[in-house]
Amino acid sequence: MEDLHDIALTVNGVHRTARVPARRLLSDLLRHDLGLTGTHVGCEHGVCGCCTVLMDGDPVRSCLTFAVTAAGHAVTTVEGLAAPDGTPSPVQRAFRECHGLQCGFCTPGFLCTVTALLRETPRPTEDEVLEGISGNLCRCTGYQNIVKSVHRAAELLAESGGEA
Amino acid sequence: MGTRVFGEPVKRREDARLLTGRGRYLDDLGRDALAAAFVRSPHAHARIVDVDVSGALDVDGLVAVYTWEDLPGRVGEPLPLLIPHPALTHGRTGYPLARDVVRHVGEPVVMVVARDRYLAEDAAERIRVEYEPLPAVVGIENAERAEHLVHDDVPGNVGAVLHQETGDAAAAIDAAPHKLEFRLSIERSASTPLEGRGVYARWDADDGSLRVYSSTQASTSVRAAIAARLGLPNGKVEVVAPDVGGGFGVKIVHPWPEEVLVPWAARLLDREIKWTEDRREHFVAAAHERGQLQDVRVGFDDAGRVLGLDVRILHDHGAYTPYGIIIPIVTSTQLLGPYKIGAYRAEVVSLYTNTLIVTPYRGAGRPQGVFCMERTMDRIARHLGLDRADVRAANFIRPDEFPYDQGLTFQDGRPLIYDSGDYPELLRKARELIGWDGFEAEREAAARRGRRIGIGLGVYVEGTGVGPYEGGHVEIDTAGRVHVSTGLTSQGQGHETVFAQIAAAELGVPIRDVHVTTGDTRRFGYAVGTFASRAAVMSGNAIALACRKVREKALRIAGEALEADPRDLEITDGAVHVRGDLSASVPLRTVAVLSNPLRYAFDDETAAATQFAVDRPPTEPPVAEGDEPGLEGRGYYSPVRSTFAAGAHAAIVETDPDTAEIAILRYAVVHDCGRLVNPMVVEGQIHGGVAQGVGGALYERMVYDESGQLVNASFMDFLMPYATEIPRIETDHLETPSPLNPLGIKGAGEAGVIPVSAVIAAAVEDAEGLRVEAMPLSPDALYELRERASGEPGLRVREAPRDGGTETGGQFAVGLSGALPPSERGR
Repeated sequence: MEDLHDIALTVNGVHRTARVPARRLLSDLLRHDLGLTGTHVGCEHGVCGCCTVLMDGDPVRSCLTFAVTAAGHAVTTVEGLAAPDGTPSPVQRAFRECHGLQCGFCTPGFLCTVTALLRETPRPTEDEVLEGISGNLCRCTGYQNIVKSVHRAAELLAESGGEA
Repeated sequence: MGTRVFGEPVKRREDARLLTGRGRYLDDLGRDALAAAFVRSPHAHARIVDVDVSGALDVDGLVAVYTWEDLPGRVGEPLPLLIPHPALTHGRTGYPLARDVVRHVGEPVVMVVARDRYLAEDAAERIRVEYEPLPAVVGIENAERAEHLVHDDVPGNVGAVLHQETGDAAAAIDAAPHKLEFRLSIERSASTPLEGRGVYARWDADDGSLRVYSSTQASTSVRAAIAARLGLPNGKVEVVAPDVGGGFGVKIVHPWPEEVLVPWAARLLDREIKWTEDRREHFVAAAHERGQLQDVRVGFDDAGRVLGLDVRILHDHGAYTPYGIIIPIVTSTQLLGPYKIGAYRAEVVSLYTNTLIVTPYRGAGRPQGVFCMERTMDRIARHLGLDRADVRAANFIRPDEFPYDQGLTFQDGRPLIYDSGDYPELLRKARELIGWDGFEAEREAAARRGRRIGIGLGVYVEGTGVGPYEGGHVEIDTAGRVHVSTGLTSQGQGHETVFAQIAAAELGVPIRDVHVTTGDTRRFGYAVGTFASRAAVMSGNAIALACRKVREKALRIAGEALEADPRDLEITDGAVHVRGDLSASVPLRTVAVLSNPLRYAFDDETAAATQFAVDRPPTEPPVAEGDEPGLEGRGYYSPVRSTFAAGAHAAIVETDPDTAEIAILRYAVVHDCGRLVNPMVVEGQIHGGVAQGVGGALYERMVYDESGQLVNASFMDFLMPYATEIPRIETDHLETPSPLNPLGIKGAGEAGVIPVSAVIAAAVEDAEGLRVEAMPLSPDALYELRERASGEPGLRVREAPRDGGTETGGQFAVGLSGALPPSERGR
C-alpha cells in the first residue's frame, strides 16, 4: 500500500480535505477525488494547457502539479469562475458571445488563463493577447475567435468595473 | 413561421454547460469505475515470444490481466474491415490484442484492469513481454521496394491498386504542345483532438444489457460492432457519445480494440470499467493521415488548359486497413477539383508499412489531391509565363455547365457529378479579397524594405454530405417542448444549435423550446456518423423532413379542434392559428395532448385540453387507421449522391532571407457551402480548418525513425500551432444552393483545411522563387531547399528575389512573433 497524505486546501472558496498518495496529480485530485471534472487533461505533460487552474490566482498546469503541493493553497477551477449566484464571469460571457469555443475541451484552461491575464493586463494589446494565450492549445477554433473573446472580455470587465 | 432563425448567427446552446465545467466528456463519467490500461508494443515489427504477467500479480488493486489467448470466440477475432473495395485485394486488420506478431509501435498486447489508473499502469509496467524483432518497413519508398514485408502473405506490401480513368490520358499528354513531369510529397499528420479516445462500459446483469459510452464519431455503428462481437442483440446494447472533445476524423474508426475489450471485460467481471487514452497512446495507437508520394505527368496547351493528366499516387496506409482505401479514393477523385481535365488517369498503390494505421483526418485525402492539382496549375503557369489565376480560370467548369459529370466514381460509389457551383466568382472574390492584382507593386515595396514576400492561391471542390442516409425524430410533448434527436454524433460543430435552428424554422416554434440530442442510440438507433462534412446536409435535412411530418399532423389535429381547414392554418411562436388571425389558436402543447386519446390529467395542460377534444364516431377506433398516438414524426434523408461545396483560398507569406522562417501575413478564404444555417458556426469551422491546414503546411509531421519509432510522439515535439502561429483569417461567402436536398445546403466541416498546403506552398514558392514540391515546409526544409537550389538551377522558378536593403533581421523579428503589428497588416 502506498503512503497516504492528509491535505487541506481551498477549492473555489470551499475548504476541502483529502487523503492522497504523494504521486497523485492535482488534476486527478480535482477531477476524480473532488468530482470537479471541468478541469480537463489533454496531454499530461504540461504543453496543451487544458488542465490550467488558478493557484492563489496564478495559472498552473494541474497535470504537472502534485496534489500534496496544493495543500494550504487556494485553487480556482472553471467551476469557480462564475459569480456565487451563477452569473457567468465576463470572460465566460465573452467566449459565448464571440464563439470562442467549439468542442469545449480546451476551454476551461483558456478561461482560467484569460481570467489571470486580464487581472494582470486589463486592456491587452493584440500581441499581449497572443502572448498571453500562447501556452494553450486549441484544435477547433483556429484561435481567431478566442483572441476576439479576450478583447471582448476586457471590454466587459471595464464596463463592470474590473471585477473578474 | 416564427422568428427567423435559419441563416442567423444564433449563439450556441451548448456553450452554457461547456463554459462552466458542466460538460460531460468521457473521462468525466464513471467515477467509481475500474480503470483499464494497455501494454503496447515497443517494436514496429516483432514476433511475440512470451508474455510473463507474474510480476504484476502482487500489485495492490489489480483485478484482471488479459492477453489474446484469453479472448473467447468473436472477441478475439481480427477487427472488421469496415469498407471493403474490389481494389483492396489484400486488406488486413489487427486483433484486439496482438496475436503472435505486432506490426506497429503502440499495438495493444496486454490489457490490465485495476482499481484506478495509477495502479493499472503500475501493473502494466511489471508485465514482461519477450519479442523477437523483425525488420521494420518504414517510409513509402521502402514499402514499395518491398525488401521486407509487413504481412507475410501480402506480396510487395501492396494492399490495393486502384485506377481512375476518363479518356486516354497517355495519348493526350503525348499529343500536347507542352508537357511536365514531377514528383510531389506530403508527410503524415494526424487529427490530434485535445481529448483522446475513451470507452466506459457498464453491464447490467439483471437486465442482461450493456451501456457503453465512447468518445466516438459513430455511436450507432459502435453499438452494432459491440453487439456482434459480444453476441448480444442490438437492443441490449446502448452506446452514447457524450460531449466529445474533438474528433476531426480519427474517432470515426470503429470498433477500436478498446471498444471491444472494455465492454467485454465489464460484462465478464460484472464491473464498470473505463479506459481513457493518454496523449502518447493517441500518437502511437489511434490513427494518422496524409502521407503520399505523387508522380505527375501533365500535358497542356498554350493557354494552360490541361489536355491530359496522369498521376501515380503511392499511399502509405500503415500496418492495417480497417477503414479500407477511402483516403486514396478521395484523393484520386477530388484531385480534379473545379477543373475540366481533358483526359485523366490516376493509379493508386496503397502500401503497408510498420507504422500506425492511416484513416481519415479532416479533409480525408482531399488536401493531397488539391496539393497535386494546384501545384500542377502553378507549374503550368510558370512554364508558360502566365498568371497563375488565369491558368486556373482557363480550366474552370463554367457556371452553366452544372450538373457536371467528371466521369469517375466517388467515395460513395455514385457518379462524381457536381451539383452546383460558381468557380469563376469564387476566384474573382478571392483575388479581390487578397489583392491579387496589385501584388507585384506590394512585392516591390516590400523588397525595397529588405523583405521577401510571396502570394499564392488554391481552388478546390469538396464532395460533402455523402450518404447513404441519416434520420431525425421530432416529438412535441404536452409541455410544448420539442425534442429532436438524430443518430449522428457531435464533436464541437454546434449541432445542438444548428439542428434546433432548423427545427424551429420548420415548426414555427421558439428555438428555446427545442432540445436536441445527438449520438445516443437510446434516442435514435439508425445513423451513419459524423464525417465527410455530412452532418448538416444529412441530419439537417432528415430533421427538416421529420418536422414537416409533425407539422402536418399538428395542423390536421388543430384543424379538427378549431374547425378549420388545415390548409388555412399556420404555426407561429408555438401555436397553431388561422392564417392572418391570431385570435383563434391552439398551442402545440395542447395539440400534443389531443394527439393521444389517452388523457389522464397528469398536468393542467391535459385537463385544459379536454375543451378541444373532438370525439371520434363510436363506430371507429379511437386511433384512426394509419394514425399513431403522439405528436411525433420520423424522417430519413437519403441522397442520390453527394453535394459539392467549393472554395478559393489565397495567402501572402514572408520568408526570412537569413533564418528561412516563414510567416503568413494574410490568409483569405472565399467559400461556398450552399445555404448557410448559421454563418457564425460555419465561419468557426473555416477558421479551425485553416488552422489545421497551417499546421500541416508548416509544422506538423510524424517523424518515424528507420526502426519505426515515432520519435516526436508528444506535444513537445509534434508542433501543433498555438495562437501565435495562426494568422487572422479573412473570409467571404458565396451561396450556391444545392439542388439535391430540401434545405439547399452543402457541408462545411472540412472546407478550411483542404487547400492550405497548396496555397502556402504556392506563396512560399513565389516569395523564394524556388520550386516547392514537398510539405510541410519547416525553416530547415526551406533552408535545405535554398542550398539545393544553389547547385540545381532547375529548382528556380524565376530570378532570385531581390531583397533590396540589407538590414533584414530586425524587420523580420517583428513578423516572427506570429503577426505583424497592426500597422503592417493588410499590406
